[in-house]
Amino acid sequence: MLQILFYTAALVAVISTVLVITNANAVHALLYLILSLIASAVVFYLMGAYFAALLEIIIYAGAIMVLFLFVVMMLNLGTQTLDQERRWLEPSAWRWPTAMATVLLIEFLYVFLGGGRNPTGHIVTPKEVGITLLGPYVLAVELASMLLLAGLVAAYHLARPEVRR
Amino acid sequence: MVGSPLNVIGILMALITVAALLIWVERRMLAVWQDRLGPNRLGPLGLLQVVADMIKILSKEDWVPPFADRPIFVLAPTVVMVTALVAFAVVPVAPGIGIIDLSFSLLYFLALASLSVYSLILAGYASNSKYALYGSLRAAAQTLSYEVFMGLSLMGVVMLAGTFDLRAIVEAQREQWFVVPQFLGFLLFLVASVAESHRGPFDLPEAENELVAGFHVEYSGMKFGMFFVGEYIGITLGSAMIVTLFFGGWLGPAWLPPVVWFMLKTLLFILLFILMRGSLPRPRYDQLMAFGWKVLLPLSLLNILVTGGVVLWR
Repeated sequence: MLQILFYTAALVAVISTVLVITNANAVHALLYLILSLIASAVVFYLMGAYFAALLEIIIYAGAIMVLFLFVVMMLNLGTQTLDQERRWLEPSAWRWPTAMATVLLIEFLYVFLGGGRNPTGHIVTPKEVGITLLGPYVLAVELASMLLLAGLVAAYHLARPEVRR
Repeated sequence: MVGSPLNVIGILMALITVAALLIWVERRMLAVWQDRLGPNRLGPLGLLQVVADMIKILSKEDWVPPFADRPIFVLAPTVVMVTALVAFAVVPVAPGIGIIDLSFSLLYFLALASLSVYSLILAGYASNSKYALYGSLRAAAQTLSYEVFMGLSLMGVVMLAGTFDLRAIVEAQREQWFVVPQFLGFLLFLVASVAESHRGPFDLPEAENELVAGFHVEYSGMKFGMFFVGEYIGITLGSAMIVTLFFGGWLGPAWLPPVVWFMLKTLLFILLFILMRGSLPRPRYDQLMAFGWKVLLPLSLLNILVTGGVVLWR
């Protein structure tokens, strides 16, 4: 049963990722991407990585994708959006996301109603994640934080009001 | 037994009833605090006002604007309801009462809280109208900023309790409620949960006097009702989480059963939410963002630093 759950979630992730690429409408593509992230969170969950699964939702689906949507929404309001709007009204744009979200919902219900409480593999606790990150992988963490710092400095520089000379 | 059908249905019914009653409670309490009477005509104390509101909302025309992105327009109001209701599943109401116990229930709550913002954003986007778009842009920026330290403000509690399990967090407060050692964390979480539920004074996404009604300006009938009820469920969830994390959940003197303690404490915080809406002015948008990033974020980082230091020192 767990294998079936795993493969359906993985299938949803793959198909929705393909649809992200093929979709012409940026916002609809983003919605597929969110769905794909939630599906991969389910995959993580089924593999026992609860912490990674929830962080995937909190950080990627809950924060980064909101930023993406924010930016796309601001760009989308041009004058040439009329023909796009006509395409939005096609039912084909939402039939699949709904179907796949339903699949995930059914899996979710199944897992929560006790069918899949003991996932395959080893259950990763937050403590282990912390120990691994600051133990063997401390170099990678430091490199990532330096990258983020560089991004922060660059963003600060770009957003600085222009100085009149 | 946690997770028995009786528990699931009972909690769901209680939650929906509370959310519906809050429509009346809020109007009456706001009136009391503003020296008015509020709706007091229909039924005892005006309680049937809820029914009247419901009949009105259900009989309104359920209109989808022709210029809207129809599927997303229809989907958006359900997101806020679903995320708030599903998040309530991990709230430990009392020993043996609850829907599910997870070892990472606090993270689960944060995950669903962060997903609920899609409701506002998609509503504003799908409405395809300027006011709605302004509202949803504000909602996106506001919830994104305040979510950051919503999670951070809780880390002090997690460090003291040593777990993400809400039931264990409540048990860890037998000696002393976490509001005492984590008073700063409590204040930060209170502000963040008001901002997350986009209620006054942080109701900038709907700001009725500048954006008409913000993100739900195009909504009518039961779709609007879902935003409305979803907001009340959000308040109930926020209050229940404050009680669970900082005020000892169901713990209290034995002369009242634990469930009653939990409900009384939650009710107190719901009233606080309403009082805040009735008494505090709405900040300007840039003030809101500056306050979040320049004051609250450093404070929550400081809270983590100090709490971590104390925990290590012990």
